[in-house]
Amino acid sequence: MPAPHDPMAEIKASFFHECEELLDVLQDGLMAMQNGEEDSETINVIFRAVHSIKGGAGAFGLDGLVRFSHRFETVLDALRAGTLAPSADVLRTLLSATDHLADIVELSRDDAPLPETDTLAICDAIDQLIGDPAPKTTHQSDIDFEPEKITLNLDPSDPPKDQAHVPDTTSKIRHFRITFQPFAELFETGNEPAVLLRHLHALGHASTSCDLSDLPPFEKLVPDIPHLRWDITLETQADLAEVQSVFEFVEGLCHLNIELESVSSADPTPAHQSEPPQYRNDTAAPSRPTTGRQVKPGRPTPPVQKPVVRVELDRVERLVNLVGELVINQAMLSQSLDQSGLSPHSDAMHGVEEFQRLTRDIQDSVMMIRAQPVKALFQRMSRIVREASGALGKDVRLRMLGECCEVDKTVIERLADPLTHLIRNAIDHGLEDPATRCAAGKPAQGTITLSAAHRSGRVHIEVGDDGAGIDRPRVRQRAIEKQVIAADAVLSDSDIDALLFLPGFSTAPAVSDLSGRGVGMDVVRTEIQALGGRVSIQSAPGRGTTFSISLPLTLAVLDGMVISVADETLVLPISLVIETLTLTAPDVSLLRPGCHVVRARDGFFPLIDLGHHLGYRPLIETFEGGIVLLVALADGTSAALLIDDIVDQRQVVIKGLDDRFFRAPGIAAATILGDGHIALILDPSDFVSGAFDTPRVPHTAPAPQGEPA
Amino acid sequence: MTLEILAVDDSPTMRDVIRLALLPEGFDVHTAEDGVHGIEVLEGLQPDAIITDINMPRLDGFGFIDAVRGTDQHRTTPILVLTTEAAPQLKERARMAGATGWIVKPFDPAKLVKALHMVAG
Amino acid sequence: MTRDTEAEPIELLTFKLADQKYALEITSVREIRGSTHATPLPQSPACMKGVINLRGTVLPVIDLGERLGLPPSAHNDRSVIIVVALEDRLTGLLVDAVSDIVTLATDDLRPPPTMSKSSKSMVTALAVIEDKMVRVLDLTATLDDMERPAA
Repeated sequence: MPAPHDPMAEIKASFFHECEELLDVLQDGLMAMQNGEEDSETINVIFRAVHSIKGGAGAFGLDGLVRFSHRFETVLDALRAGTLAPSADVLRTLLSATDHLADIVELSRDDAPLPETDTLAICDAIDQLIGDPAPKTTHQSDIDFEPEKITLNLDPSDPPKDQAHVPDTTSKIRHFRITFQPFAELFETGNEPAVLLRHLHALGHASTSCDLSDLPPFEKLVPDIPHLRWDITLETQADLAEVQSVFEFVEGLCHLNIELESVSSADPTPAHQSEPPQYRNDTAAPSRPTTGRQVKPGRPTPPVQKPVVRVELDRVERLVNLVGELVINQAMLSQSLDQSGLSPHSDAMHGVEEFQRLTRDIQDSVMMIRAQPVKALFQRMSRIVREASGALGKDVRLRMLGECCEVDKTVIERLADPLTHLIRNAIDHGLEDPATRCAAGKPAQGTITLSAAHRSGRVHIEVGDDGAGIDRPRVRQRAIEKQVIAADAVLSDSDIDALLFLPGFSTAPAVSDLSGRGVGMDVVRTEIQALGGRVSIQSAPGRGTTFSISLPLTLAVLDGMVISVADETLVLPISLVIETLTLTAPDVSLLRPGCHVVRARDGFFPLIDLGHHLGYRPLIETFEGGIVLLVALADGTSAALLIDDIVDQRQVVIKGLDDRFFRAPGIAAATILGDGHIALILDPSDFVSGAFDTPRVPHTAPAPQGEPA
Repeated sequence: MTLEILAVDDSPTMRDVIRLALLPEGFDVHTAEDGVHGIEVLEGLQPDAIITDINMPRLDGFGFIDAVRGTDQHRTTPILVLTTEAAPQLKERARMAGATGWIVKPFDPAKLVKALHMVAG
Repeated sequence: MTRDTEAEPIELLTFKLADQKYALEITSVREIRGSTHATPLPQSPACMKGVINLRGTVLPVIDLGERLGLPPSAHNDRSVIIVVALEDRLTGLLVDAVSDIVTLATDDLRPPPTMSKSSKSMVTALAVIEDKMVRVLDLTATLDDMERPAA
């Protein structure tokens, strides 16, 4: 049996979904205002967002949410009316109110207790903005808006009661005399005397007479100008308020006089026995100058919106996994056909080519299902910025670029932690305090730039600050103290920057609460690598630091170059391979013992004997005739990898390695080849950087706990 | 007699709530997402009454009522305004724009039904 | 045969490592498969044999003998990989040969005396089956220690 359908619960769920969107809109709008967009539409959009949250919250009896959004709305109303200027301070307060609103929405959704103390503090801050502190006697009296919960009665056997007018059960009969003369405006607002009279008749026994004395001769009749007056006597159990309520909407649009003439306690006259209105002159009865009401041409045009299907992520995951298996199977089939000696022009070979193309198309389409814009992630980061800057007393502006960039959902989810860390780090260590900034001739307000862009099949995400840049002498000093590098080590700037990624390496003079202790840049790098990504640093003294993260669009596939080294098969992301070359003796020169460089493309590249480096065999004696791959590294430099052979180029399905046990630097993941064997996928950036540091950094840190890749 | 209603509100939640309140009462409910969309929907519809929100993107409730009253077809169609504020000037403004009546949000479905009957019979 | 009511039966998979008998609780064993070539993981501890393809999953394989510090044994045709699950994660354990599945009462298990340092924490109990001593392994300890690569 399916659970009974509960439309109210469904609407409530959709309300919370709507809230999320509205909160995004709200935050977007406030941030746009921070960037100087102060046009009225932006303010209206902001106002509407809070207003809609309040309206919906009221419908579901979420009193706490209603109260807070009401206070929020009040200050936005002042902003809208122009009585409150959107200064930086005001916007900051509004953004923190937004964060709080998001919290309350979430807590309300989970039926969790609300943080009353926090709410009071934020409300105080809001009240101070409009300089009109609300009386703070009780929560309830704080507001003039009484939330009223909707109670939908969906059981037809139990008709809804009209709560506004509980019928007077005492059998008193009231006699009213009513005169009613509509003005032209009554008709212009779509009101209809006949409908009003009908409602009056529904209250009891009424007799109506229509006074036509003002009616001009027909030839002078102007249809829009009313000339009629009704005199009604009404016998009813209803009280004055109820009779008045019939005319609620036309108050001021007519001459209306209601007099209670007498009250008797006679038999109640059942309402349904009331006679229909009797007009003295039926032909003059008011009628709407409408075109026929019965005409209902056509259906409404449907909203212009792409149809959307909501699917559980589990189902998509299963599909993605199956497509992964399909790709592997297709590769196996291709491989065995290749080895079967069939002519490349045979039908079977053509067929398998077509199969390969289809497989790739299916794979691309399936991956698209999981793609999401990074916007939501970025918005979470803007909150991090606000909280961090508030905690550290730094004035920080967040600039976001490329929020519409789409990335695999799983990638987005797992980016939150490393990005949070980078942003906190940038605010804490990257940006100087306001005084230092001013002394350096910079604006007191620091800027954090968060950007996303698609470049050559990967997504690039950057976290930049306009702070002081990395203090390289300090980093170097620290590395020497920690015996990570020799005191006389010759390191390039990027080598020094890369030291920040070493486990337990921190240059902060004081460990702040914010950036935390223990979690370092090495964790960020590990997390990014677990996503098949790379992270690098660019920094300029006095101008700031940028962390660049390069990620695959999806976790699932990779265009790989399949290579063999010492009888092992490995895969290298093809995007990293710049060039392949066969070495001749003059190409290689010895830099110092154990360190060779390859001369190619008018430059020198460090040579890495992959077989030796991965521990498959001893260092090779002679390089002549060896095959090297020039590969691009994350830090912008390149290196030459010595391999035995290039086997193939093909798309491979990335399989995570269980990092519970162990993950060697430079091994990013694994894949299953066409023959069913496992090949490791390399990330050369990782081991190349370590290859030349003379005391090698021992791999001492335990692999991070948690999710396997 | 089934009354045909058009509800214009930018909040999907409010549209759902209105639909849920009116469908069991035998109303035929159409919806639109904002004023502009409401006018589009009205091109193929002759509802017995219209319910509209005030704060909406693109075209707000006042603009929408204005536009509806400007057509021959819907000049006298009853329009109820959904408003969160019971402020008298808001009622006045709604009336100036040509609204027939108003309901203060968050509304009670019974009140909504009653108000609709009050203006549309 | 009368038993203490609290003595619940326990099923064990017994296997051979360097001519000694070991056992694992059967509830953690998912399957047993023949040994195949494992792709070595560079710079990994010696007991880490590498990874194999288990129907599309990359399965890490540990040489259990090396893990327990036993003398290396030549793996032969009878070498098998016991696939075990710990907290939903699968690991392959390479052993010399699988022997039997036996049912014991929990009170047939004896706590191990203080033993050599290397395997102290991994052997959780001892039992005697057919006059031979069987060491029952604590899977959690066996695999958890792997998080710290051998120095």
